[in-house]
Amino acid sequence: MTGQDTHHGMRGGDVSPPPAVELRRINKRFGRVHANRDIDLTIDAGTITGIIGENGAGKSTLVSILYGFYSADSGDILIDGTPVALTSTADAIRCGIGMVHQHFMLVPTMSVLDNVMLGREGGFTLTDGISKTRKRLAQLSEDYGLEIDPDALVQDLPVGLQQRVEILKALLRGARILILDEPTGVLTPQEADRLFEILRMLKQDGVTILLITHKLREIMAITDDVNVMRHGQMVAHRKTKDTNREDLARLMVGRDVLFTAKYHEKEPGAPILEIDALTHHDSRGSTVLSDISFTLRAGEILGIAGVSGNGQSQLLDVLSGIEPVQEGTIRVAGEVIDSRNRRDPTALRQVGVAHIPEDRHHRGLVLPFSAAESSILGYHLTDVAGSGLFLDLQKIEARCADLMQRYDVRPPDPQWRSGGFSGGNQQKIVVAREIAASPQVLLVGQPTRGVDIGAIEFIHKELLAARDRGCAILLVSVELDEIMALSDRILVMNAGRIVGETAHGEADPNRIGLMMAGIDPNNARDITVQETGAA
Amino acid sequence: MSSTPPLPRWADIGLLPVLNLMIAMVVSGLVIAAIGENPFDAVAVMVKGAFFYDGSLGYTLYYTTNFIFTGLAVAVAYHAMLFNIGGEGQAYIGGLGAGLVCLALDQVMPGFVTIPLAIAAAAVFGAAWALIPAYLQAYRGSHIVITTIMFNFIAAGVMVSLLGGVLMQPGQSSPASRTFEPSSFIPFIHEILNGIGIEAARTPLNLSFVLALAACVFVWVLIWRSRFGYSLRTLGQSEPAAAYAGIPVGKTIVVTMLISGALAGMMGVNEVVGVNHRLVLNFTAGYGFTGIAVALMGRNHPVGIVLASLLFGALYQGGAELDFEFQTITREMVLLIQGLIILFSGALSYMLNPPLARLFARLSVGPRREVQA
Ligand SMILES: Nc1ncnc2c1ncn2[C@@H]1O[C@H](COP(=O)(O)OP(=O)(O)OP(=O)(O)O)[C@@H](O)[C@H]1O
Ligand SMILES: [Mg+2]
Repeated sequence: MTGQDTHHGMRGGDVSPPPAVELRRINKRFGRVHANRDIDLTIDAGTITGIIGENGAGKSTLVSILYGFYSADSGDILIDGTPVALTSTADAIRCGIGMVHQHFMLVPTMSVLDNVMLGREGGFTLTDGISKTRKRLAQLSEDYGLEIDPDALVQDLPVGLQQRVEILKALLRGARILILDEPTGVLTPQEADRLFEILRMLKQDGVTILLITHKLREIMAITDDVNVMRHGQMVAHRKTKDTNREDLARLMVGRDVLFTAKYHEKEPGAPILEIDALTHHDSRGSTVLSDISFTLRAGEILGIAGVSGNGQSQLLDVLSGIEPVQEGTIRVAGEVIDSRNRRDPTALRQVGVAHIPEDRHHRGLVLPFSAAESSILGYHLTDVAGSGLFLDLQKIEARCADLMQRYDVRPPDPQWRSGGFSGGNQQKIVVAREIAASPQVLLVGQPTRGVDIGAIEFIHKELLAARDRGCAILLVSVELDEIMALSDRILVMNAGRIVGETAHGEADPNRIGLMMAGIDPNNARDITVQETGAA
Repeated sequence: MSSTPPLPRWADIGLLPVLNLMIAMVVSGLVIAAIGENPFDAVAVMVKGAFFYDGSLGYTLYYTTNFIFTGLAVAVAYHAMLFNIGGEGQAYIGGLGAGLVCLALDQVMPGFVTIPLAIAAAAVFGAAWALIPAYLQAYRGSHIVITTIMFNFIAAGVMVSLLGGVLMQPGQSSPASRTFEPSSFIPFIHEILNGIGIEAARTPLNLSFVLALAACVFVWVLIWRSRFGYSLRTLGQSEPAAAYAGIPVGKTIVVTMLISGALAGMMGVNEVVGVNHRLVLNFTAGYGFTGIAVALMGRNHPVGIVLASLLFGALYQGGAELDFEFQTITREMVLLIQGLIILFSGALSYMLNPPLARLFARLSVGPRREVQA
């Protein structure tokens, strides 16, 4: 708090322009949860300010208040020194505030142009609005290097470009203060780099940027100031140049954090999941998996590295039984599965295949359900959920409370609505549920997406512990660091194929990076030169 | 898109329906005032007519019985995000099933055999009438709203042709079956009460009411305490989550609709075996459609549905009384008032949600600010 006060004090006598945003004593409660407690925050115009904090610290709540999405229980908001009442997002937009949501708010079946026009269509006929918007869009694209095809359908764009549409939409509405809530969670490293270039350009143009992220290297790379939240309070403010990763981690979590998991060699056991010549086509007929073969052993973590969208998601879907096998064979725990012998996810769970899905919001949880109800998703027919035809609610809640305590889920309330947990805590619920099933095979997709550093450390520890108990783990992640830290073996996927394999000790991030990009590292020397030359 | 936090639960399930009801009453009051009657007198007559006149409570509860069945049918389907608009047809065909059993067995079997079989037949026939729309939704993608509506018309056609044909009582010219043997009547409540020495007026209320209450308990257990209910609600809330969990989508849709259809079908028990004691045309009289409003107003919860059914029952019965007492208030006027209540509590039931939510948000700020100041 003292740091905060001196910050204010310094500003007091200054004649420099007022801060772009000033929050004073903001409070917000959700039932028993005090999500924001007397928050003070000052953001200077034309800077990039980071907010970090553990899952559930109240970061999203705070920026949602600034964006008029929630109204604060008490407190004041000043924009450019003027107090404002933000009762709706429309008010916030009028004050020049824009927000890029983590879960994009776009209409997938509409074009880029239609999406950015939504809500500002202009007169009775669309033509006027369309031509004006098209012109402004072209202008903005040029000014900031935000190239985009205005007539492309949003659903056909990769996530990085969809996010660009969100940014353009905000700028088009005249945003001078841009909020980004975990913008890089869904991006590839290359897309993230590109985003940061854009943010720097916007900053030069005087746009004030507020960035929430769990990735401390992003904070160090791009922000001017960083604020740390803990348990709903603002606990520290630092100039980015005066701090470092370890310092910030300690401020967030209250103890030292291990950035890389404690990996140790272990001899794997018998093969338990054998995949032979798996080929898969999507609903439009294009090949998303082609001729995939590998073996996974008990007590082994097999990492799948790859840029997102190269077939990893489909691989998980087929292996978990969500999608039927089309061509090829899967042998798991003695079962043979192919296009004629199908197994649905329930049958696979029965033979010990658990699955931490990539998309916790749509798949891993049922948002309106209580945490206890979500904690039996996929297991509602088993003994943990009850007996006979009926659910045993007491048993389910007791078990859920136990899992929540072990995994430090906050708030530790089995009756809390699944959708009311912060992203990282939702992820912990899913991880807890799947590991608690003591599976023989654990399929894992993006286990630490949107999860704070303390929780990443914890989830990594749990995955390694499951491995040591003999569980065979298939780990899919776009975070190469994560794959390299945990995997006994690494397969690299590109365009639906497996293009390379390395063992834990021999993994070289540069080689893997090339393979992920679809370049053969063995004759890559001249290609890399060409690549850099062209770039 | 602005967003206010959702209403507290008690406000959503308690306050909002009451407010909607009050608006409907005010508008109805204005209509009554406009035709020159005193609205307060009218309300008094309605309340007395629904609850206090001799036998009126029995009539009210008899209507309530019908609404509970059809309301539950809509609610069960709704929890799986299926909109069963076919309660009317399912009730009609369910009644046919019950009637066929009575016609076949009433002369050879005692009541304790015939009646349970008739109830089972009503459920089976109602379920069967929901099966084809359910199958088409689950495996062919035809929208269940459209198909269930169409099946209402088909049901009406089937009943006209049966009652005007093979089922018509020989020697009669009205489209109705013969009356069943009294042994297969479901006992009237007034008979039971008179039997144990309590004086009670003759009303159509019969033991089907108890069956309806049992159905409420069944639905509560099914939705919130059974494994199948969990599948059903998961499917209703998130199809991707259901696919991830391995919940069979098609099968769950079909079974849910069978249960929904069976509940609607059992409304036929009350009308056919409980009251009319024969098959007649149009005994469903729109109860199936009103069930949609009942479910909406009752927030798809059995307790809410019982309360909403009671309200609609009172409205039907009290409305009839209104028609009787006032020269100027005609049958059509009563229908108008009922329509207004359905409009405000059913179709527009969430109209007041946003302003109310904003009000609550503001109220929760006020006091705390004072504390801090
Ligand atoms: N709509 C809501 N209903 C109930 N509780 C909520 C709601 N939104 C947030 N909360 C609670 O408020 C607290 C703060 O949540 P918030 O989403 O702001 O955290 P966060 O710092 O953004 O976390 P994360 O890093 O995991 O995204 C959490 O305990 C959460 O459970
Ligand atoms: Mg958040």
